[in-house]
Amino acid sequence: MSKMSEVVQRARAAFNSGKTRPLQFRIQQLEALRRMIKEHEKDIVGALTADLHKNEWNAYYEEMVYVLEEIEYMIKKLPEWAADEPVEKSLQTQQDECYIHSEPLGVVLVIGTWNYPFTVTIQPMVGAIAAGNAVVTKPSELSENMANLLATIVPQYLDRDLYPVITGGIPETTEVLKERFDHILYTGNTAVGKIIMMAAAKHLTPVTLELGGKNPCYVDKDCDLDIACRRIAWGKFMNSGQTCVGPDYILCDPSIQNQIVEKLKKSLKEFYGEDAKKSRDYGRIINSRHFQRVMGLMEGQKVAYGGTGDAATRYIAPTILIDVDPQSPVMQEEIFGPVMPIMCVRSLEEAIQFINQREKPLALYVFSLNDKVIKKVIAETSSGGVTANDVIVHISVHSLPYGGVGNSGMGSYHGKKSFETFSHRRSCLVRPLLNDESLKARYPPSMAKMTRH
Amino acid sequence: MDPYADTLRRLREAFSTGRTRPAEFREAQLKGLRRFLQENKQLLQEVLAQDLHKSTFEAEVSEIRISESEIDLALRNLRAWMKDEKVPKNLATQLDSAFIRKEPFGLVLIIAPWNYPVNLTLVPLVGALAAGNCVVLKPSEFSRRTEKVLAEVLPRYLDQSCFAVVLGGPQETGQLLEHKFDYIFFTGSPRVGRIVTAAAAKHLTPVTLELGGKNPCYVDDDCDPQTVANRVAFFRYFNSGQTCVAPDYVLCSPDTQERLLPALQSAITRFYGDDPQSSPSLGRIISDKHFQRLRGLLGCGRVAIGGQSDESERYIAPTVLVDVQETEPVMQEEIFGPILPIMNVRSLDEAIDFINRGEKPLALYAFSNSKQVVKRVLAQTSSGGFCGNDGFMHMTLASLPFGGVGASGMGSYHGKFSFDTFSHHRACLLRHPGLEKIYSIRYPPYSPRNLRMLLVAMEGRSCSCTLL
Repeated sequence: MSKMSEVVQRARAAFNSGKTRPLQFRIQQLEALRRMIKEHEKDIVGALTADLHKNEWNAYYEEMVYVLEEIEYMIKKLPEWAADEPVEKSLQTQQDECYIHSEPLGVVLVIGTWNYPFTVTIQPMVGAIAAGNAVVTKPSELSENMANLLATIVPQYLDRDLYPVITGGIPETTEVLKERFDHILYTGNTAVGKIIMMAAAKHLTPVTLELGGKNPCYVDKDCDLDIACRRIAWGKFMNSGQTCVGPDYILCDPSIQNQIVEKLKKSLKEFYGEDAKKSRDYGRIINSRHFQRVMGLMEGQKVAYGGTGDAATRYIAPTILIDVDPQSPVMQEEIFGPVMPIMCVRSLEEAIQFINQREKPLALYVFSLNDKVIKKVIAETSSGGVTANDVIVHISVHSLPYGGVGNSGMGSYHGKKSFETFSHRRSCLVRPLLNDESLKARYPPSMAKMTRH
Repeated sequence: MDPYADTLRRLREAFSTGRTRPAEFREAQLKGLRRFLQENKQLLQEVLAQDLHKSTFEAEVSEIRISESEIDLALRNLRAWMKDEKVPKNLATQLDSAFIRKEPFGLVLIIAPWNYPVNLTLVPLVGALAAGNCVVLKPSEFSRRTEKVLAEVLPRYLDQSCFAVVLGGPQETGQLLEHKFDYIFFTGSPRVGRIVTAAAAKHLTPVTLELGGKNPCYVDDDCDPQTVANRVAFFRYFNSGQTCVAPDYVLCSPDTQERLLPALQSAITRFYGDDPQSSPSLGRIISDKHFQRLRGLLGCGRVAIGGQSDESERYIAPTVLVDVQETEPVMQEEIFGPILPIMNVRSLDEAIDFINRGEKPLALYAFSNSKQVVKRVLAQTSSGGFCGNDGFMHMTLASLPFGGVGASGMGSYHGKFSFDTFSHHRACLLRHPGLEKIYSIRYPPYSPRNLRMLLVAMEGRSCSCTLL
């Protein structure tokens, strides 16, 4: 048996022992996870700095806070969510117990990615643990320091058999995908998402795929451009543009393009100074391959700001492109870098049409002071989620499901949705075994009954 | 030559015009479905009788009425279901609007089976139409005459710019599956379920799979054998055993087996008479292939009741087998016929172990006077659904989700669950365009002071720091 098989079999055996069923056990594990985060704060920050040039603030505010709040929320709500849920009875079932019983699925596989390597790996784990599953976690090898850290500290705090962390790259992921899981949650790109779903299909394993797309950001003429541009700049250039729900490109009327450029520049200077390379707060591209890719997208484009990069440090300046041609490469793939193209459209209808001609994105943004505009954009498009008059923040509301649609993904999690995603909701009807008098009418022969119809 | 490209393009275009969005349109479709059932009741009963020898009673109860009640439920609740679902907000979002918007996926494919060809086609269709999708329906080619009615009569009652029926066998279905759909709903076998999901993976299409399995039926020593026998027999031999949620096999002690056998015989005689073959209440096997398969299973173990068959009618007698080995074919595949094997176990523990050695089934049954026993079976096993002390009554409640787990399927439907299954749940947050000062803590340049403030807030625990 391969090492991978051993790890998964051990997790399955541990699950089958019934250890994870009592809520108390699950809560203990979640509390241990919380302790792990608190006791290793510095190490987590260190790993994020090494992998992505994140600073303390980024580490806490953009990663750790999400996980800590999720753990908090989960611990508080678990007794309520795990309880049997009575449902409305029919006339024939008045004397019976009718309810939905939540059960763990078994062994869950969580495959993380590298851009928010702590959050996107641990947050799904929180839900899977709370739902009573064993969880095999595979952090991304591209954020190497985080992967090594998690592989080291998780086993020090959580049950080692139930919650193994496996490391490695494509070969290891391919190997682990041969095993049978009861649910797989993958965060990453569309191409690999298909491979995962294909592998899962062999075992009839349900999947949650958190993928990506080009998240449009429509800026209406009727809006406060100062505020809009500051919020957009914040969300776009955070983590050097490597955010799956970051605004990918701007759609606006040509008459406000220049203003948008000026205000974005103003915000960028406020955030990162004249030379972002010197800012402690500005990120770096994860690796050379992505660096080359993003630099390539700028070629031949009209640069209104930035446009430079330094391969040695994988730094790319905050960049704004204007008068962008929809056919150009920068408009063909998810940018995932600090490059903001601005596309001009002459009307709201044209913006909506542009959006709808493309794959459904993970997130969609619209800035307007006019409620009707916001309502129209939402009503006539589709996306995983939406924030109006801000960016990104819809994913921080626990009671909203976080997930994509179409090419941007399937399924969702966060908060209660995590618990549901990682549970089987089993329909239960329990009747008393009384005599059959009241039920005799349903038995054949049915000839006598037909006259009633 | 791609026979489907035009149809699919036409439906996609209709969807993009927004035609299916208004509640009025969807209501009109649902009312059309209801009229289809009302105006063609006799025709449907005839074709169900021809395809499966279904009695008028079974057709009424398990096909027509169940579809009608789903349509009525959807019509009554559609507007409520379509409403944006407001979600609880926290301190930081009090001034914002947070809700889940239910949106149609777009183009939905429903692949339906032959055993309940009206129910298992129309009930998913209700959900897909209520949710505002355009639908391609692929009925089963095995229930031939029902397929014809679905292909020729049903479309007249629906807006055909948004609905199409596609016919064919495995090859045509394979061709159809090469196209992109926005959702696929499949009812059928696990084997084909894998093929459908693999095809869906190429387009990242989400799926609901309603599959099958061997549904265990545990019968405790503490029970009245006749009551149990009535219930088990009724649900086993309904539709001649061709029901995905039927009890597939019984697990009980040798003592209980001794008491059950005469009770089962009594039930079978009362239901179907001394010559079940002449009873109008008993169905027939769908095809020669399945008939041969089932006849082969009659050789397993020992026939305690029934065992007769008639190839010319594809008739198999209500049968009970005993002395069956776990390794025999009848215990290796889903039976899907009027054959009930009884396996002996010496204890509840052994029964539970036996059940857990197999794949998770679509349904699981436990009969006992002791509620503790029933609850223990529930707690120590897993299955799509569960019923204590009866057969598949749990699926008659629209308030319970109907679906499998593991090899028996993924996703669920019925009632509101259908609407939710065929909808994308879009998270929406409408932020206040002002109040910029509150958010300014999140902007760079970051100061140690800001970080300290954040950490203090995090200690407070009850706030939602992520929205600062």
